[in-house]
Amino acid sequence: MHEYDEETLSNLLRTLPAPPQAWVQAAQEIPLARRGLDDIVERARADQAFRDALIADLERALEGAGFESDPALAEAVRTRLSL
Amino acid sequence: MILAAQVVETDAQLVARCRDGDDDAWRELVERFSRYVYAIAVQAFRLPQADAEDVFQEVFARAYENLPKLRDDSAIRPWLGQLTRRLCLDTLRAGARVQVGDLPEPSEVDESIANLDEALALHDALAGLPDNCREILDRFFARDESYRSIAEALDIPAGTIASRISRCLVKLRSELEGRNTPLAESGG
Repeated sequence: MHEYDEETLSNLLRTLPAPPQAWVQAAQEIPLARRGLDDIVERARADQAFRDALIADLERALEGAGFESDPALAEAVRTRLSL
Repeated sequence: MILAAQVVETDAQLVARCRDGDDDAWRELVERFSRYVYAIAVQAFRLPQADAEDVFQEVFARAYENLPKLRDDSAIRPWLGQLTRRLCLDTLRAGARVQVGDLPEPSEVDESIANLDEALALHDALAGLPDNCREILDRFFARDESYRSIAEALDIPAGTIASRISRCLVKLRSELEGRNTPLAESGG
């Protein structure tokens, strides 16, 4: 059994620094990316009409673009585009 | 402020929820292992940040794809460790700037990863502490924040940070002793 004195604990706690938050978020969004998040964001940035449609009614615009109703995806789009 | 300790899901339970397509579980899985993957890349293999980022994203992309094939859900940590190790080696070998002799010695990598395993188990043990302790210890040791910035973020007097850290370390030691298991063997 280890002796967990204060120095040992401190050193171990320092051993695992947090990675940049953007990396973590990108990895956390992998399921959403697989469901089209990146495509939606890219299109909204390139196509003002599509962006306007998203702003007016996000869920309806996504369904109109062929995406199944998905609250998590809708929320991620809202966040990424600051809608 | 919430002071209750979290009820922590085992690795196997978390993997099972991910396999069922639960996005929240996937977010939690990334959060749980992100430091481990990152530390293997930048500490054990000393990858520069740009390469470490590529490895980091590739590890989780492959993990997401291959999670259904994982034979033992509780083995997610060693599985991610091996995957990270393999991708780090591929990255080093692919980099024209790296000579074969510059690759880290396997024994050094083994030792470094064993140390990270122990650190990750300790990090898991933090979940058994009250929120305020987790936050203070993580900000001070892992995020290298000053007393002043911790005090501002948590809205507590800066003069009390040192004593709070000390008390939280005592609680952490008690938590570990309560588990009565050497760190490297705990988890999952």
